Formats: sequence, structure tokens, C-alpha cells
Amino acid sequence: MPAANKPDDALPETAWAALMRAGLAGDAAAYRELLEALAPRLRKFAANGLARSGVGNADAEDVVQEILLAIHLKRQTWMQDQPFLPWLNAIARHKLIDVLRRRGRRGEVPIEGLIEILPDAQPEPESSHTELSKLVSRLDGKQQSVVSAISLDGNSIKDTAAKFGMSEGAVRVAFHRGLKKLAALYREGA
Amino acid sequence: MKTDDLIAALSADAPAQQTAPRRAFAVAIVTGALIAGATFLLTLGPRRDFMSAIHTLRFDFKFVVTLALAATAVLVARDMARPEVRRSRWRPLLLLAPVLLVLAVAAEMVALPSDLWMPRLIGHNMRFCTTMIPVFSIGPLALMLWALRRGAPQHPMRAGAIAGLVAGGIGATFYAAHCFDDSPLFVATWYTLAIAFVSVAGALLGRKLLRW
Repeated sequence: MPAANKPDDALPETAWAALMRAGLAGDAAAYRELLEALAPRLRKFAANGLARSGVGNADAEDVVQEILLAIHLKRQTWMQDQPFLPWLNAIARHKLIDVLRRRGRRGEVPIEGLIEILPDAQPEPESSHTELSKLVSRLDGKQQSVVSAISLDGNSIKDTAAKFGMSEGAVRVAFHRGLKKLAALYREGA
Repeated sequence: MKTDDLIAALSADAPAQQTAPRRAFAVAIVTGALIAGATFLLTLGPRRDFMSAIHTLRFDFKFVVTLALAATAVLVARDMARPEVRRSRWRPLLLLAPVLLVLAVAAEMVALPSDLWMPRLIGHNMRFCTTMIPVFSIGPLALMLWALRRGAPQHPMRAGAIAGLVAGGIGATFYAAHCFDDSPLFVATWYTLAIAFVSVAGALLGRKLLRW
């Protein structure tokens, strides 16, 4: 566990852990708030990590999205009675190392975690042409329609169900499986 | 895809309903042991003199070692499923089973005249032993890997190897109830070889299956 917890850092730990707990209990708004708070820090973390390894940081947003997906799919591995930040750091570092390996770099991965890093002032880049869009197009038929309806077109589960004549349960299953498949496609490396 | 859109989509994904990692290990152990036990009863079954063998030290010791291995490896495996745990505090306990075995071998060598060492080591059923322990371990290994997949292991190969130790420990526990070779010399040689095989299989499968 990192020792360099400055006083200010008590805040994100407590606040984020609370949001994560609420999210795990089914509070979608709290969960969304957490992911939105994490994104700028992940952006900085990814840009730093890529720059330090001599890889251009042009595709930092891809790394951010891959980490967010991993956080989502592995969220149950956080033990709710344990600190949140070490868990978050471990997930982020693991995915960053993975990305660097796929790019043929075994190089330095920053030892510092997100904790020490101030949020990036930069907003999300305007371009929406991330790797994830390409990966969505590689999903199978139904998964692809459901995932793109929800994530690219911003439809709700309910609207998506109506649109494709599916039950909401079936949409949820297809969507969740699609997300898992996307994580696997990332790993295969594009 | 915009990151904001991704975040919106992720929050629409249903609340997690999978088996929580901690529970998954309990399920894996119980179900794995049931599968191994059923396979054992359908194929070999306990040895004929099981009830009187229970009263002999060498026979009982086999279970002490195999259960110690399975139990200590489960503790480590559970920690390996957690990404933030760099080094399980239970890891030194993995030495328990090997240390017990070495002590037992030493005691056996004191107790037996040296011309009996080789015959006891070779035993009667080494080929059977090295085949059936892995066979009984298949179910437990599959379930341990399933449980680890619920987690987020930082080291897929190592986690798979530990899963193999758990499975090998369970498989060997059942095999021990059938096997007539009770000398620690036999156990230290052939059980170890069979369990090592399961562990290597676990490591190779882990490398494939436990990435995330």
C-alpha cells in the first residue's frame, strides 16, 4: 500500500469507496459519478505511462477506455472492507502494462499510482475514433447491435429492448456478454 | 467512442450478479471435492482394509500432507484473485506440506533398515498413482480456475499453478484412501510428481484462461 498519502487524498479514498459501494449495491447514478471522477485521473495516468515508455500518448484515450472497462468487469474483486485506491491502482497498472506489452514495450511503468497524480485539466479529446469503436464492429450480430445501441447511440436498456423486439433481460445479458467480449478483443491486440 | 458514452453505457450494465469471488472459492472447493469423490467411488473406491488402515500412522499421515497442501494453497489462491495483493501473507504456509513430508521421510529412514528404502519408494502402484491423482484433480482444477476467473489475478500462470496445487491436494487425498503404499518415501516421490504435473497443467491453463 502506498505510504505517500497526503492529507487531501483522504477525500477521494473515502468518497470513491462510498460511490463504489453504492454502485455495487445497484445505484447506477453513484456508479456513473465515480467513473466520471476517475476518467480525468486515468487520462493523466495513461498519458504519463505512455510518454514514459516512449510510446506516443496519442492513443491515451484508448487506454483510459480499456481501464474503465476492466474496472467495470472486475468491480466485484474489490473487497468492500478494504481501501479502494490500492485496488484501483492495481487494475490501472495491470491494464497499462498490458497495453505496453502489446505495443512491444516491456519498459518502465510508472511506479506512482493515480493517488499522487492530480487530475488532468484537459477535457476528453473531441475525436470519437477510439479503438473501442472498431472493436464494437467486430462483435457478433446481436451483441454488436445491442452494444452499439447502448454505448454508441446512447439508448437505454428499455429502448434497446423495444427497438430489437427483445426482453430487457435478454438485452442485459447480450450487453454484458458484449462488454466481456470487448475486453477480450482488446487483449488480443488490434 | 467517446469516453463519456462508454461511462454512460457501463452504468447501464446490470448490477453485478455473478458469484462474488470469495464465495466462488467455497463453491469451487466443495463442488470440486464432490466431483473428485464421486469419480473416486466410481473408479477405485477405498482400499479393502480401510477401517483398520485408519489406525496406522503412515496411512493417516498421507491425509495430513495432502489436506495441508490443499488448505494452504486455497488461502494463497484466494489472495491471488485480488489484484491489489502483491504478496499473499499466507504464502510462507505453502512450505508446510513439503516440510511435513521431509520430516516424515527422515523419520521413515530412521525407522526402516536401509535395504528397505528403495522397495518402499518404488512401492506397488507408482504408475497408477501418477495417473489417478491427476484424473481425480481434473474437476477441482476446472473449478478452481473458474473461481480465479471471477477474480483479477495479476499473475495468471502463478495463479494457475496454485490452483493446480489445490486440485492436486484434493485429488491426492482421495487417491490416498485407495493406495496401499503408505511409506512417506513413496508419497514424497510419486504423489509429489503427480501433484507437480497437475500444477504445471494449471499454470499452462492459467496463462490462457486467467488473463483479463
